[in-house]
Amino acid sequence: MLDKTGIAKRIAKEIKDGYYVNLGIGIPTLVANYIPKGINIVLQSENGLLGMGPFPFEGEEDSDLINAGKQTITTLPGSSIFDSALSFGMIRSQKVDLTILGAMEVSEYGDIANWKIPGKMVKGMGGAMDLVASAKNIIVAMQHVNKACESKLLAECSLPLTGVKCVKKIVTELAVLEIANEGGFRLLERAPGVSVEEIRIATLGRLIIEGEIPEMQL
Amino acid sequence: MINKVVANADEAIQDITSGMTLMLGGFGLCGIPENCINALVNKDIDQLTCISNNAGIDDFGIGLMLKKRQVKKMISSYVGENAEFERQLLSGELEVELVPQGTLATRCMAAGYGMPAIFTPAGVGTEVAEGKETRNFNGKEYLMEMAFDADFALVKAWKGDTAGNLIFRSTARNFNPVMAMAGKITIAEVEHLVEIGDLDPDQIHTPGIYVHRIFEGKDYEKRIEQLTIREK
Repeated sequence: MLDKTGIAKRIAKEIKDGYYVNLGIGIPTLVANYIPKGINIVLQSENGLLGMGPFPFEGEEDSDLINAGKQTITTLPGSSIFDSALSFGMIRSQKVDLTILGAMEVSEYGDIANWKIPGKMVKGMGGAMDLVASAKNIIVAMQHVNKACESKLLAECSLPLTGVKCVKKIVTELAVLEIANEGGFRLLERAPGVSVEEIRIATLGRLIIEGEIPEMQL
Repeated sequence: MINKVVANADEAIQDITSGMTLMLGGFGLCGIPENCINALVNKDIDQLTCISNNAGIDDFGIGLMLKKRQVKKMISSYVGENAEFERQLLSGELEVELVPQGTLATRCMAAGYGMPAIFTPAGVGTEVAEGKETRNFNGKEYLMEMAFDADFALVKAWKGDTAGNLIFRSTARNFNPVMAMAGKITIAEVEHLVEIGDLDPDQIHTPGIYVHRIFEGKDYEKRIEQLTIREK
Protein backbone atom coordinates (compact mmCIF):
# COMPACT_ATOMS: atom_id res chain seq x y z
CA MET A 1 0.00 0.00 0.00
CA LEU A 2 1.25 3.51 -0.80
CA ASP A 3 1.38 6.53 1.44
CA LYS A 4 0.70 10.04 0.06
CA THR A 5 4.33 10.37 -0.99
CA GLY A 6 4.09 7.07 -2.84
CA ILE A 7 1.01 8.23 -4.74
CA ALA A 8 2.84 11.43 -5.69
CA LYS A 9 5.91 9.46 -6.81
CA ARG A 10 3.83 7.17 -8.99
CA ILE A 11 2.00 10.09 -10.62
CA ALA A 12 5.31 11.83 -11.27
CA LYS A 13 6.13 8.97 -13.65
CA GLU A 14 3.20 10.02 -15.86
CA ILE A 15 4.77 13.40 -16.56
CA LYS A 16 6.60 13.78 -19.83
CA ASP A 17 9.33 16.16 -20.87
CA GLY A 18 7.95 19.47 -22.10
CA TYR A 19 4.62 19.24 -20.29
CA TYR A 20 2.74 22.23 -18.92
CA VAL A 21 1.12 20.93 -15.73
CA ASN A 22 -1.49 22.24 -13.31
CA LEU A 23 -1.29 20.72 -9.84
CA GLY A 24 -4.21 20.85 -7.41
CA ILE A 25 -3.98 21.25 -3.66
CA GLY A 26 -2.94 18.29 -1.44
CA ILE A 27 -1.23 15.18 -2.84
CA PRO A 28 -0.97 16.72 -6.35
CA THR A 29 1.25 19.50 -4.97
CA LEU A 30 3.71 16.84 -3.74
CA VAL A 31 4.15 15.54 -7.30
CA ALA A 32 6.43 18.50 -8.08
CA ASN A 33 9.01 17.07 -5.66
CA TYR A 34 9.41 13.82 -7.61
CA ILE A 35 9.79 14.90 -11.23
CA PRO A 36 12.53 12.64 -12.66
CA LYS A 37 15.87 14.23 -13.57
CA GLY A 38 16.07 15.27 -17.20
CA ILE A 39 12.31 15.93 -17.42
CA ASN A 40 11.64 19.63 -17.86
CA ILE A 41 8.14 20.83 -17.11
CA VAL A 42 6.40 24.12 -16.45
CA LEU A 43 3.91 24.41 -13.59
CA GLN A 44 0.82 26.54 -14.15
CA SER A 45 -0.91 28.26 -11.25
CA GLU A 46 -4.39 29.33 -12.26
CA ASN A 47 -4.37 32.68 -10.48
CA GLY A 48 -2.02 33.74 -13.28
CA LEU A 49 1.50 32.27 -13.39
CA LEU A 50 3.47 29.94 -15.62
CA GLY A 51 6.76 28.68 -14.27
CA MET A 52 5.98 28.34 -10.58
CA GLY A 53 9.13 27.90 -8.51
CA PRO A 54 9.67 26.55 -4.99
CA PHE A 55 8.68 28.27 -1.75
CA PRO A 56 10.87 31.30 -0.94
CA PHE A 57 13.59 31.30 1.67
CA GLU A 58 12.59 32.90 4.96
CA GLY A 59 12.62 36.68 4.65
CA GLU A 60 12.41 36.56 0.85
CA GLU A 61 8.64 36.05 0.67
CA ASP A 62 6.70 38.50 -1.49
CA SER A 63 3.06 39.18 -0.64
CA ASP A 64 2.39 39.92 -4.33
CA LEU A 65 3.61 36.47 -5.40
CA ILE A 66 1.36 33.56 -4.44
CA ASN A 67 0.01 30.39 -6.05
CA ALA A 68 -3.58 29.23 -6.44
CA GLY A 69 -3.41 27.77 -2.92
CA LYS A 70 -2.55 31.31 -1.69
CA GLN A 71 0.91 30.11 -0.61
CA THR A 72 3.96 32.32 -1.03
CA ILE A 73 6.08 31.01 -3.91
CA THR A 74 8.82 32.12 -6.29
CA THR A 75 9.19 32.51 -10.04
CA LEU A 76 11.85 30.83 -12.16
CA PRO A 77 13.89 32.07 -15.12
CA GLY A 78 11.40 32.00 -18.00
CA SER A 79 8.31 32.48 -15.84
CA SER A 80 5.42 34.62 -17.06
CA ILE A 81 2.57 36.34 -15.25
CA PHE A 82 -0.85 37.20 -16.62
CA ASP A 83 -4.40 37.95 -15.54
CA SER A 84 -6.88 35.30 -14.41
CA ALA A 85 -8.97 35.42 -17.61
CA LEU A 86 -5.93 34.64 -19.74
CA SER A 87 -4.96 31.94 -17.26
CA PHE A 88 -8.24 30.13 -17.85
CA GLY A 89 -7.96 30.89 -21.55
CA MET A 90 -4.88 28.69 -21.76
CA ILE A 91 -6.66 26.03 -19.70
CA ARG A 92 -9.81 26.13 -21.84
CA SER A 93 -7.87 26.03 -25.11
CA GLN A 94 -5.98 22.95 -23.85
CA LYS A 95 -2.51 24.44 -23.84
CA VAL A 96 -2.02 22.86 -20.41
CA ASP A 97 -1.05 19.23 -21.03
CA LEU A 98 -1.92 17.64 -17.72
CA THR A 99 -4.09 18.42 -14.71
CA ILE A 100 -3.60 16.51 -11.48
CA LEU A 101 -6.20 16.94 -8.77
CA GLY A 102 -7.81 15.30 -5.78
CA ALA A 103 -11.37 13.93 -5.61
CA MET A 104 -14.02 12.79 -3.18
CA GLU A 105 -15.60 10.43 -5.73
CA VAL A 106 -14.97 9.28 -9.29
CA SER A 107 -17.49 7.35 -11.37
CA GLU A 108 -16.70 4.53 -13.80
CA TYR A 109 -17.43 6.96 -16.66
CA GLY A 110 -14.88 9.47 -15.42
CA ASP A 111 -17.29 11.84 -13.66
CA ILE A 112 -15.66 13.60 -10.72
CA ALA A 113 -17.04 15.09 -7.49
CA ASN A 114 -14.67 17.13 -5.37
CA TRP A 115 -16.25 20.42 -4.34
CA LYS A 116 -19.37 20.01 -2.29
CA ILE A 117 -20.81 17.83 0.45
CA PRO A 118 -24.53 18.60 0.95
CA GLY A 119 -25.23 19.74 4.49
CA LYS A 120 -21.67 20.88 5.08
CA MET A 121 -20.26 24.38 4.59
CA VAL A 122 -19.57 24.83 0.88
CA LYS A 123 -16.45 26.80 0.15
CA GLY A 124 -16.77 26.81 -3.61
CA MET A 125 -15.31 25.14 -6.65
CA GLY A 126 -12.50 27.61 -7.29
CA GLY A 127 -10.97 26.69 -10.63
CA ALA A 128 -11.75 22.96 -10.45
CA MET A 129 -14.81 23.02 -12.75
CA ASP A 130 -12.94 24.98 -15.41
CA LEU A 131 -9.94 22.64 -15.19
CA VAL A 132 -11.88 19.38 -15.41
CA ALA A 133 -14.18 20.61 -18.19
CA SER A 134 -11.28 21.53 -20.47
CA ALA A 135 -8.15 19.54 -19.62
CA LYS A 136 -7.15 16.97 -22.21
CA ASN A 137 -5.55 14.73 -19.59
CA ILE A 138 -6.73 14.52 -15.99
CA ILE A 139 -5.16 12.29 -13.36
CA VAL A 140 -6.90 12.00 -10.01
CA ALA A 141 -4.79 11.46 -6.90
CA MET A 142 -6.88 10.18 -4.00
CA GLN A 143 -7.45 7.52 -1.37
CA HIS A 144 -9.32 4.48 -2.68
CA VAL A 145 -11.80 4.57 0.21
CA ASN A 146 -13.01 7.43 2.40
CA LYS A 147 -12.66 7.76 6.17
CA ALA A 148 -15.85 5.73 6.63
CA CYS A 149 -14.19 2.93 4.60
CA GLU A 150 -16.59 3.46 1.69
CA SER A 151 -15.28 3.15 -1.85
CA LYS A 152 -14.65 6.39 -3.73
CA LEU A 153 -14.64 4.57 -7.08
CA LEU A 154 -18.32 4.21 -7.88
CA ALA A 155 -20.73 3.28 -10.65
CA GLU A 156 -22.18 6.79 -10.25
CA CYS A 157 -21.09 9.68 -8.05
CA SER A 158 -23.40 10.36 -5.12
CA LEU A 159 -22.04 13.85 -4.42
CA PRO A 160 -22.68 16.94 -6.58
CA LEU A 161 -20.50 16.73 -9.68
CA THR A 162 -17.54 18.92 -10.56
CA GLY A 163 -17.41 17.61 -14.12
CA VAL A 164 -18.64 14.77 -16.31
CA LYS A 165 -16.69 12.17 -18.29
CA CYS A 166 -13.36 13.88 -17.81
CA VAL A 167 -11.06 11.78 -15.60
CA LYS A 168 -8.58 9.63 -17.54
CA LYS A 169 -6.55 7.96 -14.81
CA ILE A 170 -6.68 7.43 -11.05
CA VAL A 171 -3.78 6.72 -8.71
CA THR A 172 -4.68 5.58 -5.20
CA GLU A 173 -2.81 3.95 -2.31
CA LEU A 174 -3.88 0.60 -3.79
CA ALA A 175 -3.78 0.86 -7.56
CA VAL A 176 -3.42 2.67 -10.86
CA LEU A 177 -6.61 2.55 -12.90
CA GLU A 178 -7.81 4.11 -16.13
CA ILE A 179 -11.33 4.92 -17.23
CA ALA A 180 -12.23 2.56 -20.08
CA ASN A 181 -13.90 4.10 -23.14
CA GLU A 182 -16.96 1.91 -22.64
CA GLY A 183 -17.03 2.74 -18.91
CA GLY A 184 -15.40 0.92 -15.99
CA PHE A 185 -12.19 1.17 -14.03
CA ARG A 186 -9.49 -0.76 -15.91
CA LEU A 187 -6.92 -1.98 -13.40
CA LEU A 188 -3.43 -1.24 -14.68
CA GLU A 189 -1.14 -1.72 -11.69
CA ARG A 190 -1.25 -2.88 -8.09
CA ALA A 191 0.56 -1.04 -5.29
CA PRO A 192 3.41 -3.02 -3.73
CA GLY A 193 2.03 -5.80 -1.54
CA VAL A 194 -1.60 -5.23 -2.57
CA SER A 195 -3.61 -8.07 -4.15
CA VAL A 196 -6.16 -7.79 -6.95
CA GLU A 197 -8.73 -9.08 -4.48
CA GLU A 198 -8.09 -6.19 -2.09
CA ILE A 199 -8.58 -3.73 -4.94
CA ARG A 200 -11.75 -5.51 -6.01
CA ILE A 201 -13.21 -5.22 -2.49
CA ALA A 202 -12.34 -1.49 -2.30
CA THR A 203 -13.87 -0.68 -5.71
CA LEU A 204 -17.65 -0.32 -5.89
CA GLY A 205 -17.87 0.61 -9.58
CA ARG A 206 -17.17 -1.89 -12.36
CA LEU A 207 -13.58 -3.08 -12.17
CA ILE A 208 -12.04 -4.41 -15.38
CA ILE A 209 -9.25 -6.92 -14.84
CA GLU A 210 -7.48 -8.14 -17.94
CA GLY A 211 -4.64 -10.68 -17.58
CA GLU A 212 -1.89 -10.45 -15.01
CA ILE A 213 -1.85 -7.11 -13.16
CA PRO A 214 1.74 -5.97 -12.59
CA GLU A 215 2.98 -4.39 -9.40
CA MET A 216 3.87 -0.69 -9.62
CA GLN A 217 7.49 0.30 -10.10
CA LEU A 218 8.36 3.40 -8.11
CA MET B 1 -4.55 63.96 -21.48
CA ILE B 2 -7.58 63.75 -19.24
CA ASN B 3 -6.69 64.00 -15.58
CA LYS B 4 -8.46 61.32 -13.54
CA VAL B 5 -6.78 61.86 -10.21
CA VAL B 6 -8.86 62.06 -7.04
CA ALA B 7 -7.45 62.85 -3.61
CA ASN B 8 -8.13 59.59 -1.81
CA ALA B 9 -10.39 56.57 -1.41
CA ASP B 10 -13.18 58.54 0.31
CA GLU B 11 -13.47 60.90 -2.63
CA ALA B 12 -13.19 58.05 -5.14
CA ILE B 13 -16.10 56.09 -3.66
CA GLN B 14 -18.29 59.05 -2.64
CA ASP B 15 -21.13 58.18 -5.04
CA ILE B 16 -21.26 54.47 -4.22
CA THR B 17 -24.64 53.93 -2.58
CA SER B 18 -26.57 51.13 -0.91
CA GLY B 19 -27.76 48.32 -3.16
CA MET B 20 -25.10 48.77 -5.83
CA THR B 21 -23.12 45.99 -7.47
CA LEU B 22 -19.36 46.24 -6.99
CA MET B 23 -16.44 44.32 -8.43
CA LEU B 24 -13.41 44.02 -6.20
CA GLY B 25 -10.08 42.83 -7.61
CA GLY B 26 -7.67 40.47 -5.90
CA PHE B 27 -7.08 36.79 -5.31
CA GLY B 28 -7.23 35.87 -1.65
CA LEU B 29 -5.65 38.89 0.03
CA CYS B 30 -3.24 39.42 -2.86
CA GLY B 31 -3.85 42.57 -4.91
CA ILE B 32 -7.02 43.68 -3.12
CA PRO B 33 -8.04 47.37 -3.12
CA GLU B 34 -7.29 47.90 0.57
CA ASN B 35 -7.90 51.66 0.63
CA CYS B 36 -11.27 51.47 -1.13
CA ILE B 37 -12.43 48.61 1.12
CA ASN B 38 -11.53 50.61 4.23
CA ALA B 39 -13.37 53.64 2.85
CA LEU B 40 -16.47 51.53 2.12
CA VAL B 41 -16.38 50.13 5.66
CA ASN B 42 -16.39 53.70 7.00
CA LYS B 43 -19.33 54.70 4.81
CA ASP B 44 -22.93 54.25 5.86
CA ILE B 45 -24.04 51.93 3.06
CA ASP B 46 -25.27 48.36 2.85
CA GLN B 47 -27.16 45.85 0.68
CA LEU B 48 -24.16 45.63 -1.64
CA THR B 49 -23.61 42.86 -4.15
CA CYS B 50 -19.89 42.10 -4.34
CA ILE B 51 -18.28 40.27 -7.24
CA SER B 52 -14.90 39.07 -6.03
CA ASN B 53 -13.05 35.78 -6.34
CA ASN B 54 -12.86 35.46 -2.54
CA ALA B 55 -14.46 37.13 0.47
CA GLY B 56 -11.43 38.08 2.55
CA ILE B 57 -10.75 36.89 6.08
CA ASP B 58 -12.45 37.89 9.33
CA ASP B 59 -10.35 40.97 9.99
CA PHE B 60 -9.14 41.97 6.53
CA GLY B 61 -10.38 42.63 3.03
CA ILE B 62 -14.05 42.07 2.24
CA GLY B 63 -14.31 40.32 5.64
CA LEU B 64 -14.42 43.83 7.15
CA MET B 65 -17.47 44.71 5.02
CA LEU B 66 -19.14 41.45 6.00
CA LYS B 67 -18.54 42.19 9.66
CA LYS B 68 -20.36 45.52 9.22
CA ARG B 69 -23.20 43.71 7.45
CA GLN B 70 -22.79 45.79 4.30
CA VAL B 71 -22.95 42.85 1.90
CA LYS B 72 -26.23 41.37 0.73
CA LYS B 73 -24.75 38.99 -1.82
CA MET B 74 -21.34 37.62 -2.72
CA ILE B 75 -20.53 36.32 -6.20
CA SER B 76 -17.31 34.33 -5.80
CA SER B 77 -15.52 31.12 -6.75
CA TYR B 78 -14.09 30.27 -3.35
CA VAL B 79 -15.12 31.51 0.07
CA GLY B 80 -14.42 30.17 3.52
CA GLU B 81 -11.35 31.14 5.59
CA ASN B 82 -13.89 33.43 7.25
CA ALA B 83 -15.99 32.53 10.29
CA GLU B 84 -18.33 35.54 10.06
CA PHE B 85 -19.02 34.73 6.42
CA GLU B 86 -20.01 31.20 7.38
CA ARG B 87 -22.23 32.44 10.19
CA GLN B 88 -24.11 34.88 7.93
CA LEU B 89 -24.46 32.28 5.20
CA LEU B 90 -25.87 29.62 7.51
CA SER B 91 -28.27 32.11 9.16
CA GLY B 92 -29.54 33.25 5.76
CA GLU B 93 -28.37 36.86 6.17
CA LEU B 94 -25.99 36.53 3.26
CA GLU B 95 -26.68 35.24 -0.22
CA VAL B 96 -23.86 33.53 -2.12
CA GLU B 97 -23.57 32.67 -5.78
CA LEU B 98 -20.66 30.36 -6.47
CA VAL B 99 -19.17 30.69 -9.94
CA PRO B 100 -16.28 28.67 -11.40
CA GLN B 101 -13.12 30.78 -11.25
CA GLY B 102 -12.49 30.84 -15.00
CA THR B 103 -16.13 31.69 -15.66
CA LEU B 104 -15.92 34.53 -13.12
CA ALA B 105 -12.82 35.99 -14.80
CA THR B 106 -14.21 35.57 -18.29
CA ARG B 107 -17.58 37.12 -17.43
CA CYS B 108 -15.58 40.19 -16.33
CA MET B 109 -13.53 40.06 -19.51
CA ALA B 110 -16.67 39.80 -21.66
CA ALA B 111 -18.05 42.97 -20.06
CA GLY B 112 -14.83 44.80 -20.86
CA TYR B 113 -14.82 43.49 -24.42
CA GLY B 114 -18.42 44.53 -25.03
CA MET B 115 -19.68 40.97 -25.42
CA PRO B 116 -22.99 40.08 -23.74
CA ALA B 117 -22.18 36.45 -23.00
CA ILE B 118 -19.61 33.68 -23.24
CA PHE B 119 -19.80 29.95 -23.86
CA THR B 120 -17.76 27.78 -21.53
CA PRO B 121 -17.65 24.04 -20.82
CA ALA B 122 -17.07 24.69 -17.11
CA GLY B 123 -20.01 23.41 -15.08
CA VAL B 124 -21.75 21.45 -17.85
CA GLY B 125 -23.60 18.53 -16.26
CA THR B 126 -23.31 20.04 -12.77
CA GLU B 127 -25.63 22.15 -10.63
CA VAL B 128 -23.89 25.27 -12.02
CA ALA B 129 -25.68 24.54 -15.30
CA GLU B 130 -29.17 24.53 -13.78
CA GLY B 131 -31.49 26.93 -15.59
CA LYS B 132 -28.82 27.99 -18.08
CA GLU B 133 -28.88 27.77 -21.84
CA THR B 134 -26.48 25.24 -23.33
CA ARG B 135 -25.23 24.90 -26.88
CA ASN B 136 -23.37 22.22 -28.70
CA PHE B 137 -20.34 23.32 -30.72
CA ASN B 138 -18.33 20.68 -32.60
CA GLY B 139 -19.81 17.88 -30.51
CA LYS B 140 -19.12 19.43 -27.08
CA GLU B 141 -21.62 21.06 -24.72
CA TYR B 142 -21.10 24.62 -23.53
CA LEU B 143 -22.93 26.79 -21.01
CA MET B 144 -23.95 30.31 -21.88
CA GLU B 145 -22.80 32.64 -19.10
CA MET B 146 -23.67 36.33 -19.09
CA ALA B 147 -21.20 39.20 -18.90
CA PHE B 148 -21.25 40.92 -15.52
CA ASP B 149 -22.94 44.25 -15.08
CA ALA B 150 -21.27 46.15 -12.24
CA ASP B 151 -21.87 49.74 -11.14
CA PHE B 152 -18.30 50.12 -9.91
CA ALA B 153 -15.08 48.17 -10.26
CA LEU B 154 -12.48 48.72 -7.53
CA VAL B 155 -9.02 47.57 -8.50
CA LYS B 156 -5.51 47.79 -7.15
CA ALA B 157 -2.44 48.29 -9.33
CA TRP B 158 1.25 48.75 -8.62
CA LYS B 159 1.79 51.82 -10.76
CA GLY B 160 -0.56 54.16 -12.52
CA ASP B 161 -0.36 57.52 -14.21
CA THR B 162 -2.68 60.49 -13.99
CA ALA B 163 -4.39 59.40 -17.23
CA GLY B 164 -5.41 56.11 -15.60
CA ASN B 165 -2.93 53.79 -17.34
CA LEU B 166 -2.12 50.86 -15.04
CA ILE B 167 0.72 48.41 -14.46
CA PHE B 168 0.26 45.50 -12.09
CA ARG B 169 2.94 43.67 -10.18
CA SER B 170 3.48 39.91 -10.05
CA THR B 171 0.45 37.73 -9.24
CA ALA B 172 -1.26 40.70 -7.62
CA ARG B 173 -2.45 41.20 -11.20
CA ASN B 174 -4.98 38.30 -11.02
CA PHE B 175 -8.55 39.62 -11.50
CA ASN B 176 -7.62 43.30 -11.45
CA PRO B 177 -7.15 43.96 -15.20
CA VAL B 178 -10.37 42.20 -16.24
CA MET B 179 -12.39 43.89 -13.53
CA ALA B 180 -10.86 47.25 -14.42
CA MET B 181 -12.32 46.78 -17.89
CA ALA B 182 -15.73 45.75 -16.64
CA GLY B 183 -17.00 48.47 -14.32
CA LYS B 184 -19.39 51.18 -15.46
CA ILE B 185 -17.11 53.30 -13.31
CA THR B 186 -13.67 51.95 -12.50
CA ILE B 187 -11.65 53.21 -9.56
CA ALA B 188 -7.97 52.30 -9.45
CA GLU B 189 -5.87 52.65 -6.35
CA VAL B 190 -2.14 52.40 -6.97
CA GLU B 191 0.99 52.10 -4.86
CA HIS B 192 2.78 54.63 -7.04
CA LEU B 193 0.99 57.40 -8.92
CA VAL B 194 3.20 58.95 -11.60
CA GLU B 195 2.90 61.71 -14.18
CA ILE B 196 1.91 61.03 -17.78
CA GLY B 197 4.97 60.12 -19.79
CA ASP B 198 6.59 58.27 -16.90
CA LEU B 199 5.19 54.91 -17.97
CA ASP B 200 6.36 53.14 -21.12
CA PRO B 201 3.27 52.69 -23.35
CA ASP B 202 4.52 49.21 -24.28
CA GLN B 203 4.43 48.08 -20.65
CA ILE B 204 0.89 49.18 -19.77
CA HIS B 205 -1.48 46.37 -18.78
CA THR B 206 -4.71 48.39 -18.57
CA PRO B 207 -5.18 51.38 -20.90
CA GLY B 208 -6.46 54.48 -19.13
CA ILE B 209 -9.69 54.55 -21.13
CA TYR B 210 -11.03 51.87 -18.78
CA VAL B 211 -10.14 53.80 -15.63
CA HIS B 212 -12.31 56.70 -14.48
CA ARG B 213 -10.69 57.63 -11.18
CA ILE B 214 -7.23 57.00 -9.81
CA PHE B 215 -5.43 57.78 -6.57
CA GLU B 216 -2.29 56.81 -4.72
CA GLY B 217 -3.22 54.55 -1.83
CA LYS B 218 -1.54 54.65 1.54
CA ASP B 219 -0.60 52.36 4.43
CA TYR B 220 -0.71 49.15 2.40
CA GLU B 221 -0.60 46.10 4.63
CA LYS B 222 -0.45 43.54 1.81
CA ARG B 223 -1.06 40.67 4.19
CA ILE B 224 0.09 37.14 3.43
CA GLU B 225 -2.62 34.53 3.89
CA GLN B 226 -0.38 31.45 3.86
CA LEU B 227 3.29 32.02 4.49
CA THR B 228 5.20 29.06 3.09
CA ILE B 229 9.00 28.98 3.12
CA ARG B 230 11.80 26.49 2.53
CA GLU B 231 14.92 25.82 4.56
CA LYS B 232 18.17 27.36 3.39
